[in-house]
Amino acid sequence: MRVLVCVKRVPAPGAKINITADGQAVDTAYLAFTTSPHEECAVEEAVRLIEAHGGESTALTLGPGDAEEQLRYAASIGVDKCVLLPIDSDGSTGGDWDPQRTSDAITTAIQGIEAADGAFDLILFGNESADSGNFQVGIRVAHGLSRPMVNGIKGIELGNGGVRARRESETGVEVYVLPLPAVLGVKEGINLPRYPTLKGRLASKKVALHVVCPSGVVGGQQMITLVQTAEKASTTVVLGHGPDAAPAVVDLLEELGLLK
Amino acid sequence: MTILVVVEHDRGSLAAATLEAMAAARRVAADLATDVSALTLGAAADAVASVLAEHGADTVHQVHHDLLADYGPEAWGEAVAQAVRALQPAAVVACGTDRGNEVMAQAAARLGAALVVNCNTIEVSAAGDATAQWTITRSRWGGSLLERCTLVAPVKLLTVTHHVFEASTSPGAGSVLPLPVELEAWLARTVVAERVERAAGVTLSTAPLVVGGGRGVGSAEGFASLEELAGVLGGVVGCSRAVTNNGWRNHTDQVGQTGTRIAPDLYMACGISGAIQHWVGAMASKQILAINTDPEANMVTKADYAVIGDLHAVVPAITNEIRRRRAQA
Ligand SMILES: Cc1cc2nc3c(=O)[nH]c(=O)nc-3n(C[C@H](O)[C@H](O)[C@H](O)COP(=O)(O)OP(=O)(O)OC[C@H]3O[C@@H](n4cnc5c(N)ncnc54)[C@H](O)[C@@H]3O)c2cc1C
Ligand SMILES: Nc1ncnc2c1ncn2[C@@H]1O[C@H](COP(=O)(O)O)[C@@H](O)[C@H]1O
Repeated sequence: MRVLVCVKRVPAPGAKINITADGQAVDTAYLAFTTSPHEECAVEEAVRLIEAHGGESTALTLGPGDAEEQLRYAASIGVDKCVLLPIDSDGSTGGDWDPQRTSDAITTAIQGIEAADGAFDLILFGNESADSGNFQVGIRVAHGLSRPMVNGIKGIELGNGGVRARRESETGVEVYVLPLPAVLGVKEGINLPRYPTLKGRLASKKVALHVVCPSGVVGGQQMITLVQTAEKASTTVVLGHGPDAAPAVVDLLEELGLLK
Repeated sequence: MTILVVVEHDRGSLAAATLEAMAAARRVAADLATDVSALTLGAAADAVASVLAEHGADTVHQVHHDLLADYGPEAWGEAVAQAVRALQPAAVVACGTDRGNEVMAQAAARLGAALVVNCNTIEVSAAGDATAQWTITRSRWGGSLLERCTLVAPVKLLTVTHHVFEASTSPGAGSVLPLPVELEAWLARTVVAERVERAAGVTLSTAPLVVGGGRGVGSAEGFASLEELAGVLGGVVGCSRAVTNNGWRNHTDQVGQTGTRIAPDLYMACGISGAIQHWVGAMASKQILAINTDPEANMVTKADYAVIGDLHAVVPAITNEIRRRRAQA
């Protein structure tokens, strides 16, 4: 079978997210980059599906040329092929594309790949991107390809020409049974992603990188600026040091009515 | 040019989040000097019409179709898209829950229209439909950062961030109108096929007390003392992503951007540094007590209370002190 997984390069902030002076981006001067945990799990799931059923997995990203790093990471844990849609090759900043433009470009790229190499049985997305969180790129791509799509998936089983997908709801678990080819949005918790081995990292350098020039129509949501959230000023009350602080903690529990 | 609210329900039981979307819609409707209507999908939701009227719906459009007896993102999204074509609202609002965002994205894809999710503020400058400018503040990074953006589209599709707009009553006329849709049979491919209902009980998101453990706990076994403390207080154990990544606990216990949002009376965060992605999941807690060896840790400086020290000594001492006092009482 053929599985495609779409990942996005995002900064990995620590205690606080700082914004550049012009308000247009997260200040990444001192930050590493990563893929969202949801998408890391989607990559792991793609690799496991191919391990179990045979075939080929591909990772795709639309982003700055540096997003090759996230594709190499996917390759290092076992993805077979990489597709990069560079948005800064025309000398632009590589800033975020809006969700309509992103899905338009990804849909077109997938159609091109499928025309050359055959259809993907399953396309995996993250539930939402970590940074912009638009909750829609996967759904728009699925609609563009006329394929069924369910988001928020925490369990995937293949069989009988279809896929059983589980997701959590307020009251329990919902099961969906989709015909293939299908599209799913994956949530962290579906699996525990492996760490790349040294061998995997070396092998990933040899995986061919297919570069496709992205094109997408600009959509109706346009960013003006990023804004820091208001931080409530906190004055921490230190109740004590080490085990000697226990009586003060229990006094607090009593005060909060938690010691019933 | 009404403001249309897409009503979220599960086989007839109304999602409270919808009333937040009603409140947001009323505000936008006031700016545009128009009314609010609601859209219910499936006959099971007919009964919620009176609640929608109490919360400001002048009209409740009811869609009946066999394919809408249970939830299905494609069938729901297609029904919303057809309702938008029929009713031509100025804007469509839902609450930014899992289902709310999913249905609206399905509808947006079908309408070829923009969708702005998780909005915190919606400003419409100068009514007069054609020239009105829509400026929105929305949540990014799970709420750690905001974005101001414009929305240019013939119909404005929006979801509002859960827990930002407060539900309130404001009587509307509540006239009920049937709205016909045509749904093709193949849309059944994404309708819920089976369910497993969970036993009711205290969960991480509803617990009044959460004892959280991070990398500082050191191992899966290290959580025994946190379990014990949570046990004597009737609380539950949560954890950071460092813990789930190490396989020490299941992801169902993870607090944060890609885990569970908690809102207990007290969150005791033990050996957790307080990375922004963890913090957004914990910040709705009424009080936070951090237990950490590092007095400069973000969790400590942001918390209401802190104990500086080794959690392996502090946590059992708290449990013992609780037992000692109870034995005396
Ligand atoms: C897109 C994205 C989404 C994410 N989502 C989440 C999420 O949902 N939830 C989440 O938790 N993280 C999430 N993360 C990861 C997050 O950035 C941090 O890596 C993670 O929260 C760190 O976990 P930690 O605090 O347990 O570990 P660390 O940062 O390593 O902190 C350990 C802390 O324990 C203290 N300590 C050590 N020993 C002791 C001791 N004996 N006694 C007391 N204190 C001790 C140390 O001083 C330190 O403060 C996400 C990251 C990204 C990029
Ligand atoms: N630039 C991108 N490149 C590849 N995949 C993306 C990109 N943006 C979003 N996605 C995918 O679409 C999902 C939903 O994104 P979003 O609609 O931004 O929340 C993400 O989890 C990714 O799997």
